[in-house]
Amino acid sequence: MSILKGKVWIFGNDIDTDAIIPARYLNTSDPSELALHCMEDADPSFPGKVSPGDIIVAGKNFGCGSSREHAPLAIKEAGIACVIAESFARIFYRNAINIGLPILESAEAAAFLKEGHQVEVNLDKGEIMEISSGRRFSAVPFPPFMQEIMAKGGLINFVKEKVKKSE
Amino acid sequence: MGKTIAEKIFSQHSGEDARAGDLVIAHLDFIMGQDGTAPLAINSFHEMRGEKVFDPSKVAFVIDHSAPSPNEGVSSLHKLMREFTSKQGILLYDIGHGVCHQLMLEQGHVVPGDLVIGADSHTCTYGALNAFSTGVGSTDLAAGIISGKLWFKVPETIKFLCEGILPPGVFSKDLILYLIGDIGADGATYLAAEYCGETISALDVEERFTIANMAIEMGAKAGLMEFDEKVKKWVAGRSKKPPRPVFADPDAKYLEIRKYDLSHLEPQIACPHTVDNVSPVGQVEGLPVQQAFIGTCTNGRINDLRIAARILTGKKVSPGVRLIVAPSSRQVFLDAMNEGIIQVLVEAGAAIVTPGCGPCVGTHNGVPSDGEVVLSTANRNFKGRMGNSRASIYLASPATVAASAVTGRVTDPRPFFL
Repeated sequence: MSILKGKVWIFGNDIDTDAIIPARYLNTSDPSELALHCMEDADPSFPGKVSPGDIIVAGKNFGCGSSREHAPLAIKEAGIACVIAESFARIFYRNAINIGLPILESAEAAAFLKEGHQVEVNLDKGEIMEISSGRRFSAVPFPPFMQEIMAKGGLINFVKEKVKKSE
Repeated sequence: MGKTIAEKIFSQHSGEDARAGDLVIAHLDFIMGQDGTAPLAINSFHEMRGEKVFDPSKVAFVIDHSAPSPNEGVSSLHKLMREFTSKQGILLYDIGHGVCHQLMLEQGHVVPGDLVIGADSHTCTYGALNAFSTGVGSTDLAAGIISGKLWFKVPETIKFLCEGILPPGVFSKDLILYLIGDIGADGATYLAAEYCGETISALDVEERFTIANMAIEMGAKAGLMEFDEKVKKWVAGRSKKPPRPVFADPDAKYLEIRKYDLSHLEPQIACPHTVDNVSPVGQVEGLPVQQAFIGTCTNGRINDLRIAARILTGKKVSPGVRLIVAPSSRQVFLDAMNEGIIQVLVEAGAAIVTPGCGPCVGTHNGVPSDGEVVLSTANRNFKGRMGNSRASIYLASPATVAASAVTGRVTDPRPFFL
């Protein structure tokens, strides 16, 4: 999972979980259904124009609000490869790691990147590069414990492997 | 070096000398899931090859977010919860019991000193009982109910020292809106907030819940308060579990201590579409309102309904306004009936809906139309929150909402309390 390349979609500050996936669509746990409404209340045209491998770049406090894990699930299932933000709300941050949606915190990258930029992201090193200019940014590194969960693709696989080892 | 309330609770529950910044694995005293989050957690439980809940007496699920079910999709999720809880022998509060957080408190599931997780962001409400409680997602909930434990990063603490007695007509909702407006929607992200001082001590426990409930709206992981005689008495009447009060050490290390004099605080209002967009009610006074909503885990308790009834006694809701009231639990509903409050509200023209979250979270029971203004006692005014992204939601105290329902416009409630 280490190197990603994708096109940037820009969002502002305080993108809340109701904007990411409104509660009126939580009548299912099916991620593909959720993805059809991803970011709908922030940008109604988003579900129609996003392509697999694209990258969301946002301001501060991304994912504030509800604890609904449907939010990172909808983003992941919509094909978004990773989310880069100036900062993340706490529960979203934890949920994203648990379900294996890569997220990176970098105020510099969030300020520099523009819609349509192509970026390359090295998840292992936490490096972000805007391809046309070659500008590089480094993200706040995850503690080793969280890196381990992310490397396994989320908490479910992490727990499964722990259970397997103890058997 | 002394410890904060958060550091002490994490030390006691992990068996380690837990300090801010440490990663610990801690034992959980209670775990809660609701119908927005539990169905995904049940899937994760099975994917993790979970077989049995670690201790059925320490887990409860609540059907409150869409209760009763508004469509067949939700009905099948509810069915999944009923089957799971029945098979696992865990408590299910089905439709009509009320909002999860109110039930956790009034049914005595939380006592001082506890460490509690809930798959709902407003789980921080129980901090008013001197417990560390925080919201998690479905996968964490699943890991919690399988093992009874969860990993945490011990948070640093920011202290809000609140001095002065709130003036008549100004309530704990105004206080927390003011603090959120001051520090910002991400001002306490990753931190524990401790709310203390003369202002907090003077409030009843139920008024304090409103403050702790909205700690998440400043980004906080928990909204903690001190143990006192009021908390002791409130818990003693509701729980058989012994309280284990936790006090911060005098030399505990705080990231920041913010001091406030609240003796002249005015009623506050959060304007669309972020909770930190706060101003005194006076600045928005006169704005026509189409829907008024009193309820939720923030302000749907008996003390809130008493305030609404005080304002609405002998009056009518303005013809242009729909007033929706959702008592936060069956017990609150019964108490309000016994006190004659429901009679007052219905005679004034209110529509009473099933105890639960409905209108606040936009699943049913009061979705506004395009361009409408909603004045609500809830905790969130995000775009689309109530089910329509073209409506505008304002947040205020039950007094402000009730007064505005009478006049049809945003109204300062203080004249009703002279």
